[in-house]
Amino acid sequence: MTHELRFSAGRVWAMLLRYLYLLRSSWPRTVELLYWPTLQMLIWGFMSQFLYSNSSYVFRAFGVLLAAVMLWDVLFRGQLGLSMSFLEEMWARNLGHLFVTPLRPYEWVLSLLSMSMIRVLLGIVPAALLAIPLYHYSIFAMGLPLVAFFVVLLIMGWSLGLAICGLILRQGMGAEGLAWTVVFTISPISAVYYPVSILPGWLQHAAWALPSTYVFEGMRAVLFEGGFRADYFFSAAALDVLYLTLGATVFFIAFHNARRRGALLQMGE
Amino acid sequence: MRGTAVKVDNLVKRYPTAVAVDGISFTVARGTTAALLGGNGAGKTTTLSILLGLLLPTAGKVQVLGEDILRHRYRVLPRMNFSSPFVDLPHRLTVHQNLLIYARLYGLPDRRERIEKLATDLQISAFLERPAGKLSAGQKTRVALAKALLNDPELLLLDEPTASLDPDTGDWVRSYLQAWQARTGATILMASHNMSEVERLCSEVMMMKAGRIVDRGSPQALIDRYGRTNLEEVFLHIAREPRIALEAVN
Repeated sequence: MTHELRFSAGRVWAMLLRYLYLLRSSWPRTVELLYWPTLQMLIWGFMSQFLYSNSSYVFRAFGVLLAAVMLWDVLFRGQLGLSMSFLEEMWARNLGHLFVTPLRPYEWVLSLLSMSMIRVLLGIVPAALLAIPLYHYSIFAMGLPLVAFFVVLLIMGWSLGLAICGLILRQGMGAEGLAWTVVFTISPISAVYYPVSILPGWLQHAAWALPSTYVFEGMRAVLFEGGFRADYFFSAAALDVLYLTLGATVFFIAFHNARRRGALLQMGE
Repeated sequence: MRGTAVKVDNLVKRYPTAVAVDGISFTVARGTTAALLGGNGAGKTTTLSILLGLLLPTAGKVQVLGEDILRHRYRVLPRMNFSSPFVDLPHRLTVHQNLLIYARLYGLPDRRERIEKLATDLQISAFLERPAGKLSAGQKTRVALAKALLNDPELLLLDEPTASLDPDTGDWVRSYLQAWQARTGATILMASHNMSEVERLCSEVMMMKAGRIVDRGSPQALIDRYGRTNLEEVFLHIAREPRIALEAVN
């Protein structure tokens, strides 16, 4: 294996440690991780309780809205978790130090992905556990399909996150806002809270091009019909591979261009 | 024959609106200290960035410690390091956390001992547990040096190593670098505006102007050639003489 490709788990761990130190150094950041998923869960939990007696849709499965909220957060937090760790390096103007070490760009990306997963778990698991005593609803009752949904949404979040980080590398910190906004443009067509059949026909084509749509339709199939749609899962997984490849390509091209433009030393606030 | 630590051949870095480095060539012998000297925008930092592999050149060849940095940077990056007061370490991490992360990135097996030794040598032990953002300029410079020396580099690149330091701290840093180099036999290449620093530390100086090397030699040879009393006068002469930019020396 060439020096260019030689992997070091130690370097990935070093970068992961950096983000964990950062998280530990600021309790408001840790609280913020837990805050939004918990708040969302509370709002939609009470809404579900109300709709349970007033809506045939929710009556069919009490947890449909709660599960949708928590799974949506996997996608959103997955993307945001990756982008935030990336932005930490931008804000600290640290790329100039990092990339004069033997750290390979793909090792950095692996650490960003790992940190994203840690952030998602830190945010979602407490909210999911809190739903059990509050609403007598456990998302974990979905069983193995939940793992499949989690993985597909997390990878989709990573794909978006990598593409967004690539755009920030290309455009500079003026594009920082993308990290908070882009994911919401796909929310309406991901059929998170309603079936995809509600969308106009032409928009349904766009919806079925997103892995998230298959997850939320698959989630309703599990909750309403008690069956796991393997066809949905494999379609979503195939789309994930495509989007992750695209996201990584955008990121690595942007990184290479940043080296060509001299942006690695200058990039920052 | 000591061999060559850095060999730059016809290096060009062209941006859409400017030429930052315009066909420079130079070598730095192993175990010596050399300087790129020039005004703002002369191309010093651009050249250092290319040597570090942070910036891709438009044309030219760069060999660092016997390796082509453009093709095999990962063979040579573990053997070199860099320090600049303009690139801070992450502010919210403590000094120790920062050093530990960089020690891991360099794959050092004896991280804690190495940090402890450098902390003692560079007198930073007292603020190892302080966030890097809460240090004074002098403390930051010493911490940045500790980071740069973690991997015992064979080649150390320094960008304005004593910028914004008071004379006492600046002198301490220069003495430390001299002693460190004498002990390790490493090569130092620095970009600097500080003429007395260059006179004191460097055996070879490349005078840069508008992306070109317009003269070179030992500090004393340059002083003698221009009939001046110190390197600062040479620098001012070159900076203010418009014809010199056109007379690049390669």
